[in-house]
Amino acid sequence: MQNFEFANPATLNEALGLLGSQWGEADVLAGGTDLLSLMKEYLHSPKRVVNIKNIKELGGIAKSGTGLRIGATVTLDELASNALVRQMYPSLAQAALEVSSPQLRNMGTVGGDLCQRPRCWYFRRGNGLLGQDENGKSLVTTGENKYHAIFGSGPALFVSASSFGPALVALGAKVTLVSASGKRDVPMSEFFVSPKSNGEREIALKPNEILTQIMIPAAGTNATYEVRHREAVDWPLTSASVNLTMAGGVVKSAVVVMGHVAATPWRASQAEQMLTGKKIDAALAERAGEAAVANATPLSENGYKVQLAKVAVKRAILKAAGLTV
Amino acid sequence: MPEYSWPPMNKRAVMGKPFDRLDGPVKASGRAKYSSDLNKPGQLFGMFLHSPHAHAKVKSIDISAAKAMEGVTAIRVIAEPGAELQWAGQEVAVVSAVREEIANDAIRAIKVEYEVLPHVVREELLAKVGSRAKAAGEQVTGDPDKAFKDADAVSEGEYGCPVITHCCLEPHGNVVQWQGDTINLWPSTQAVSTIGGDLAKQMQLPATNVKVQMDHVGGGFGSKFPSDKWGSEGAHLSKASGGRPVKIYLDRANELTIAGTRPSAYAKIKMGASKDGTITAWQSESWASGGLGGGGMPPIPYVFTKIANFRLNHTAVSLNAGPARAWRAPNHPQASFLTCSALEDLSAKLKMDPWDLFHKNMDMSPRPEVYRKQLVKAAELMDWKKKWHPRGSETGNIRRGLGLGMATWGGAGHASKCKVTINPDGSIEVEIGSQDIGTGTRTCITQVAAETFGLPMSAVKVKLGDNAFPASGPSGGSTTIGGVSSSTRKAAVNALEKLFERVAPGLNVAADQLEAVDNKIQQKGNPAKGLTWKQACQKLGVDKISELGENDQRAAAKEGLNTSGAAGIQMAEVEVDIETGIVRMRKMVAVQDCGLVVNPKTASSQVYGACIMSICSALMEERVMDRMTGKVLNPDMEFYKLAGIGDIGEIVVHMDITPENDKRGIIGLGEPCAIGGLAAIANATANALGVRVPMVPLTPDRVLAALSMNRRNA
Repeated sequence: MQNFEFANPATLNEALGLLGSQWGEADVLAGGTDLLSLMKEYLHSPKRVVNIKNIKELGGIAKSGTGLRIGATVTLDELASNALVRQMYPSLAQAALEVSSPQLRNMGTVGGDLCQRPRCWYFRRGNGLLGQDENGKSLVTTGENKYHAIFGSGPALFVSASSFGPALVALGAKVTLVSASGKRDVPMSEFFVSPKSNGEREIALKPNEILTQIMIPAAGTNATYEVRHREAVDWPLTSASVNLTMAGGVVKSAVVVMGHVAATPWRASQAEQMLTGKKIDAALAERAGEAAVANATPLSENGYKVQLAKVAVKRAILKAAGLTV
Repeated sequence: MPEYSWPPMNKRAVMGKPFDRLDGPVKASGRAKYSSDLNKPGQLFGMFLHSPHAHAKVKSIDISAAKAMEGVTAIRVIAEPGAELQWAGQEVAVVSAVREEIANDAIRAIKVEYEVLPHVVREELLAKVGSRAKAAGEQVTGDPDKAFKDADAVSEGEYGCPVITHCCLEPHGNVVQWQGDTINLWPSTQAVSTIGGDLAKQMQLPATNVKVQMDHVGGGFGSKFPSDKWGSEGAHLSKASGGRPVKIYLDRANELTIAGTRPSAYAKIKMGASKDGTITAWQSESWASGGLGGGGMPPIPYVFTKIANFRLNHTAVSLNAGPARAWRAPNHPQASFLTCSALEDLSAKLKMDPWDLFHKNMDMSPRPEVYRKQLVKAAELMDWKKKWHPRGSETGNIRRGLGLGMATWGGAGHASKCKVTINPDGSIEVEIGSQDIGTGTRTCITQVAAETFGLPMSAVKVKLGDNAFPASGPSGGSTTIGGVSSSTRKAAVNALEKLFERVAPGLNVAADQLEAVDNKIQQKGNPAKGLTWKQACQKLGVDKISELGENDQRAAAKEGLNTSGAAGIQMAEVEVDIETGIVRMRKMVAVQDCGLVVNPKTASSQVYGACIMSICSALMEERVMDRMTGKVLNPDMEFYKLAGIGDIGEIVVHMDITPENDKRGIIGLGEPCAIGGLAAIANATANALGVRVPMVPLTPDRVLAALSMNRRNA
């Protein structure tokens, strides 16, 4: 990795003053489970690394109105074992537990999960965020794309690596992004973006901002289901999170979000419509799964992910409804 | 001629007992020092510049900027202008520097111009490899055409397993120091006694001038025999840096890219049989690649070598990819997978239980009785006859299946010399130029010596991992346990005889009438007439007894201390979620042939580990080459997947320890147990799904594709 300056601020204000106006000037370090490997691979070579783990106000899980506020530096382990989270947002606790390495759960943070870079093997081998050759031609579409996107019109064909993104979108959460000049609350559905060029990022965070907290409103019955090849630590092949508002055994409203199928968490509105006003049973969940993937556009080698996304949606719905998966 | 033969099975006090590994505590606690843990005074760090292209010519190379960097002590160009590089990752230049990060910066400061040449990196579709295919001549036995015409059932299938890598936990590399006319090498090797000579030859030094030391090795699996470029280039860097030691290890990405692979194997196989299940014909068109050198034909048909009529065709495919190295039972897992898969498909065609088909045709193998016995034992442990169901009869989303695979191996001891010393205080030292590659070699040598002297394990100190000790062969081919146990036994018996001669007169018993048992030297069968071990050794005064022992491979068969021939059956039970295509292990059974077993715990650990390796290669492992960039896309532990504890299921190991087998002497078993599992899991999956998934690993995409193809065909 390149040499860098290491900053260890004790307050948020101090940290904000250490950030740059352009990517590449400074990177924020929390758990470091992604940043360190990015730096070792020369994918990120920041001039300064700003450690935010000592900033107290960025930690903690607390009730906020009828919802919860989760600090950005809360670890995955803290999140998964927190009684309030488990009770109110099982979809989130399940997503944290599915990160099936105790080391990652102990070190990794909630903010880090949202800000981590994609795992696309072309990006990680130095072919840029969009995975292109030196002439700008997509390596993903012509090359090895079994783990890539099945939704979205490109040019970004990586899949969002975030484990919490789908659950937080489904729960209607917001993140707070703070810079030296102010703060803004961004809905999770707008936090993840599909970049159009290698110079852009896949999240709405700006180089001079720190993600400080996640605000989650009261939610309906919610669940996450992840399809993972290995029981051991592994990235999901697909996942789905659902948040159902029930009234008298009938779905009043539903949010269904798929993970690892596109450059952003991918909302399945057709599945949501199919569920609304109905009583959930296995046949309905199956049909909702089919509706969720009806518009999928798989690449040459990832057609199987359409089936896996369908199954993830079906099983997440059944899980939320307390039915046998 | 001294009596070297093993003590009778029922009289052994130490051998045959399941002692824990002596190096277990230091390894588990992290105190064990691997060569990659060493940091020598004044040590420099070496690092390679690797080719970014799969196939290219070096046009020019400019090292001036790197050379001028502060902290850089030496730079060597490995691929001079004009040199052709044949795989991404091939070494182009090498640098040493006072700190690792400076070496890394220096590597990045070297400017190389390449002329990029066309590459071929994938071989699964033979039709697409063009001129990279090189066909071997056809082999025909009997009349396969007639046999297929006459057959009651003919089954055809296509099968393939990709290139996988060794994934050594400790990557390849070494610490090396060249001072004056002597090289000190601290390698990570499977060949302590021969690696020094290998390096000396390249450095044009006498073999005696290379001193080798290594306490532990973090995995080799067949990939760590030669001294390699990290040895030779590291030595050159050391010399050029005034004789400072150089530490040079591959990082994970390069470890998985250039430090060795297991060749792929693909085949179209046709088999014929009569109604009663007797195999009558075999025909195969196989292809394989282990990198630029192509890939030889796995030994197919495997185990069933006496099929009356067969035709074999094989094509080697040359690829621009990192080279192959021996991988635990070279070419056998592939051969077992191809053959046993074809047999399972044939049994499905005949609507026969594959167990019956295998059992019926065992006369076509070299050891029919052993395999039949093993089939019976494995079936009992798996409850095969109760659980097995015909292909495709499972319904529901979760489907179970059973499969089996077979193995055969040699395993005779390698050439080995050993020195055993009895000290006047009664302590015992064993010196042997061998290595413990994680299999328990230290522990087993200790057991053999302790047994021979009638002493507890704690009385014996084993020293290995140094080429100053008597030479012992490399740990490959499952040859170590036979070699080192035999040489240790002989050295210990020779030393004991000398001790008997010293104490016999005082006891007034002929030396050849003495025995060493229970911490005593005594008249055979007469505890009343003897000395304690300590008292006996005190008779040596200031002398010590040092004796050599040798396992001479030519004489070994006659002596009977070690021999060869290990059969094995493995069975697998899997559960497949047909909605996701995810295959989960439920149970594996391994029935392992063996000879005399020195330590049943370390021996069965070999089998457990081998089963886990089989699970990895059956369900997860593959090197993914990018046809576009020609690079390995998964040289990491993230997308190069290995099984974790939750992926393994139950493993039942049955070691065939019997008085008859014991009489065969010691037989190595590190490799035979790593062969049959791949076929067993692939067959169990076919049984569960009702359709063959042609290619392993059995990943969700492949499983779902096979299921959907099956639905279309139906």
